[in-house]
Amino acid sequence: MVAREEGTETELATPTIGELFRGFLVLGLTGFGGVLPLAHHMIVERRRWLDNAEFTELLGLCQFLPGGNIINLAAAIGMNFRGIPGAVAALVGLIAAPTGIVIVLGVVYARFQSDVHVVHMFAGLAAAAAGLLVAVAVKIALPMRRRPIAVGIAVLCLIAIAVLQWPLVPTMLVLAPLSIALTRKIGA
Amino acid sequence: MNATLTALAVMFSQLSLIAFGGGNTILPEMHRQVTEVHHWLTDADFAALFALAQAAPGPNMMVAPLIGWHVAGLAGMLVSTVAIFGPSSILTAIALRLWRRFKDNPWRRAVQAGLVPVSVGLVAASALLIVRAADRTWILVAISAGVALVATRTRLHPLWLLAAGAVIGWSGFGQ
Repeated sequence: MVAREEGTETELATPTIGELFRGFLVLGLTGFGGVLPLAHHMIVERRRWLDNAEFTELLGLCQFLPGGNIINLAAAIGMNFRGIPGAVAALVGLIAAPTGIVIVLGVVYARFQSDVHVVHMFAGLAAAAAGLLVAVAVKIALPMRRRPIAVGIAVLCLIAIAVLQWPLVPTMLVLAPLSIALTRKIGA
Repeated sequence: MNATLTALAVMFSQLSLIAFGGGNTILPEMHRQVTEVHHWLTDADFAALFALAQAAPGPNMMVAPLIGWHVAGLAGMLVSTVAIFGPSSILTAIALRLWRRFKDNPWRRAVQAGLVPVSVGLVAASALLIVRAADRTWILVAISAGVALVATRTRLHPLWLLAAGAVIGWSGFGQ
């Protein structure tokens, strides 16, 4: 899907196995309160491994499959550029640091759980992380703003999951085929 | 001990393959397995471990390695990590290969274009759910709104915005 002809996309970069490992290692280390906003920033805006459309398309595939979206995205991007070694490098890079940190946090947890400053700090951190996720939603929604059918499907999905809180699997099983059928009919 | 490791492996592998929409969708089932089926943790333990995993950096399923560590030490952590992340990753790799094989197939392009609006809707839904969960006071709403605005309009590194949120939070202002 994002296999591209050499030299035709001079703005985009093809990562090596080492770059995949380091890129996702940094993502794992810095992704407080959700990795998706940082992943979009690193992959699209800073390292330019994918353009915005490729990122959204790959994310769409990853969201459709079971598993964490960013875990799947790491596997898919690694696989896409460097095959199985690339997928393993990206996954290990992404998971290694957070696993160590979460265990260390578990060990020291008892010491800090009653500190009011820490509680407030995490509340502020969580609010900022929520704002970042809103920004990602806006950025990936903007390219389809002139396609009413697509906007309609996105809004339906938003209402079903966030407002009505329907279970994900049946919602996807209805909305995905509907969206594919409508998109195919309209040709946009 | 081996029975415990096997049980961890089986439980997290199954959860990995039914986690449509990511970690948050399998949380109720994980809770049921860990507390009621296997009696590894109490409700309170589970809630504490989950909060801890949310506070740590990284993907939002980091509660799995933490539960593994809590239940069976280092071996439990390793088994749980491979079991929760492995099966879904293998499935993704296989799906990506099929996806690329059908690159120029018309139905693949239709599926691809059709999935984009659903994907946008899911991210928007996650954003709305997280905003609702995180923003309990006006200052937290203001932090979210400010961060969303700056992040939409600039390429400022998200870590600066997170740090700003943490510092404002730390001060306790408005909370």
